[in-house]
Amino acid sequence: MDFFHTIIALLESTIRVSVPLIFAALAGLYTERAGVFDIGLEGKMLGAAFAAGAVAGITGSVWAGLIVAIIISVLLSLVHGYASITQRGNQIVSGVAINFVVAGSTVILGEAWFRQGGRTPALSGDARFQTITFPFADSIREIPFIGPIYADLLSGHFLLTYLAFALVPISWWVLYRTRFGLRLRAVGENPGAVDTAGISVIWLRYRAVICCGILCGFAGAYLSLAMSAGFVKGMTAGKGYIALAALIFAKWRPFNIMLACLLFGFLDALAIRLQGNPLPLIGQVPVQLMQALPYILTVILLAGFIGKAIPPKAGGVPYVKER
Amino acid sequence: MSNPYAKLPNWAEYGLIPFVNLVVAFLVAGLVVLLVGENPLDAAYHMVNGAFGRGEYIGFTLYYATTFIFTGLSVAVAFHAGLFNIGSEGQAYIGGIGVTLACLWLDRTMPWFVVFPLAIIGSAAFGALWAFLPGWLQAKRGSHIVITTIMFNFIASSLMVYLLTRVLKPLGSMAPQTRTFEAGGQLPKLDWLLSIFGLDIGNAPFNISFLLALLVAFGVWTLIWRTRFGYELRTMGHSPSAARYAGISETRITIIVMMISGGLAGMMALNPIMGEQFRMQLDFVQGAGFVGIAVALMGRSHPAGIIPAAILFGMLYQGGAEIAFEMPAISRDMIVIIQGLVILFAGALENMFRPAISRFFAGLGQRSATAAQTKGA
Repeated sequence: MDFFHTIIALLESTIRVSVPLIFAALAGLYTERAGVFDIGLEGKMLGAAFAAGAVAGITGSVWAGLIVAIIISVLLSLVHGYASITQRGNQIVSGVAINFVVAGSTVILGEAWFRQGGRTPALSGDARFQTITFPFADSIREIPFIGPIYADLLSGHFLLTYLAFALVPISWWVLYRTRFGLRLRAVGENPGAVDTAGISVIWLRYRAVICCGILCGFAGAYLSLAMSAGFVKGMTAGKGYIALAALIFAKWRPFNIMLACLLFGFLDALAIRLQGNPLPLIGQVPVQLMQALPYILTVILLAGFIGKAIPPKAGGVPYVKER
Repeated sequence: MSNPYAKLPNWAEYGLIPFVNLVVAFLVAGLVVLLVGENPLDAAYHMVNGAFGRGEYIGFTLYYATTFIFTGLSVAVAFHAGLFNIGSEGQAYIGGIGVTLACLWLDRTMPWFVVFPLAIIGSAAFGALWAFLPGWLQAKRGSHIVITTIMFNFIASSLMVYLLTRVLKPLGSMAPQTRTFEAGGQLPKLDWLLSIFGLDIGNAPFNISFLLALLVAFGVWTLIWRTRFGYELRTMGHSPSAARYAGISETRITIIVMMISGGLAGMMALNPIMGEQFRMQLDFVQGAGFVGIAVALMGRSHPAGIIPAAILFGMLYQGGAEIAFEMPAISRDMIVIIQGLVILFAGALENMFRPAISRFFAGLGQRSATAAQTKGA
């Protein structure tokens, strides 16, 4: 029974750490499927987390924080869009630039405005997302097996957590069952054909980039308004890159993204739990190896040793109408 | 790729446009300073003064510049072959192992000029090794170099934490670093070079690896513009299909270019490890690999541009520390913003002002043409 509770606790923290990954990886899904590579997920998430923490800290309203987080993230996305769609600049370079600008300015502005070593004020009450407890969770908890799963694993998460998991089928539906989704995928594979059909490649790609901004806004807001109470400098700590890895690992498909994010989240949760304790059957595993595992798995996948990850064909290529 | 823009005179292409982009980047950075409630002009004054005001400051500026020359060249070489190596950071980090092994092995018995060449070889070899895999994966397995090098940065960082906390740390010590090297692992300072100009180096760790950096920069220029291999790699960078048609092996070029790029990044480790700290510490690279991207973009991937760009970033690093001292609201993270803005305006948005500038030149050309006509009539 004790082992069972450990598993439940482990899975529960898996869910908690994978939520920002799911948001960010889905965000990347929209732009990359439209042919705009985005390694600026990290920066957008960080910017959104800072905006959310700062605004919620000042206004005391979690919703104001969420909305401003989304606005900031969309604005950053539009910068990326302007550079890579309108100006036809290098998309990788633009993403790198956004990551740096945000990494620096969140620290500078945070320190100047709040003077708490790069933190925003600690949030409490209405300024922070509260967990949602499902009906009867407490009374059912005593039932063996099903009880803890319902009460601890399914119930008791944040609104944004449920939103993240709901967005997986929604994104699938949008991408595979709507006209917008069909065009979005087409513009990432063969923009010339889309242009010939009389649809604006530029506007489609901009809409994809805006979708990405909104989702990164959620990811950032989750970090500073739900997972922790306020913004801490550098709080994304490479999650944007893990999300990018998950996106590739999932071969740019929504349901695979959820599974990949859960897997990477599980590795993260396991690494935290194991810290110095030996793993059954395998023995002592260095924490560093666990931390590096998502990246190593992605490299192995990219090398084509676990299936083949084929990126959208027109990804990273700016569209020039005349040709 | 076809160039949709009209051709500009060379000085505008290589001088004016980068300059305009740079000015815009700094103007936007100035806006951030305003947002924080400080005077951007004061900040600029403190920065320039902090970077060049005294011999010691210049020493520090050039010390940082040395690091950035290596990483800038590393990124630039890959750029010329059409490859974007974001992994210079990780390659420099791993390169540190080569330097450290050479120093730990010989620092007690040999003088620095014996250890130094071995450390150079070691750093370049380890950096090249770390870049070999992404290069090989790109060439043979078709995985995207940008993604693999990002992943390799994280893997390098985990690996180094492991090595420094478990393997390379001396027994009984708590800090995650190697032991301090003896005389053989310490590079001589370039105090004589500064004293020619009547400057006193003070405590600045400006050392002989600066000369190595200049030498390597010349080597890179020779390689890219004066050898057959350089011609092939530039061909591949301009048009992979043309390169294939000409019988140039993409696999060979990709792998070798990545190894050269990684080797150059690895040599960066000589400067902080043998030149300043005399030991390998956690995170000694401190983002220099990423600064290399900004330096390469600003220097237009040419060694003659990279050296001044590296000195400019050295100025930002050293002067930035002085600003932080004078204006507490502005920490060294300001440099990260400027770095990002330079990458944005000199890299991703490099063509933003080009239409306006070429229109200006076109107008100029027309006017002089009509002027000549009226004179003739």
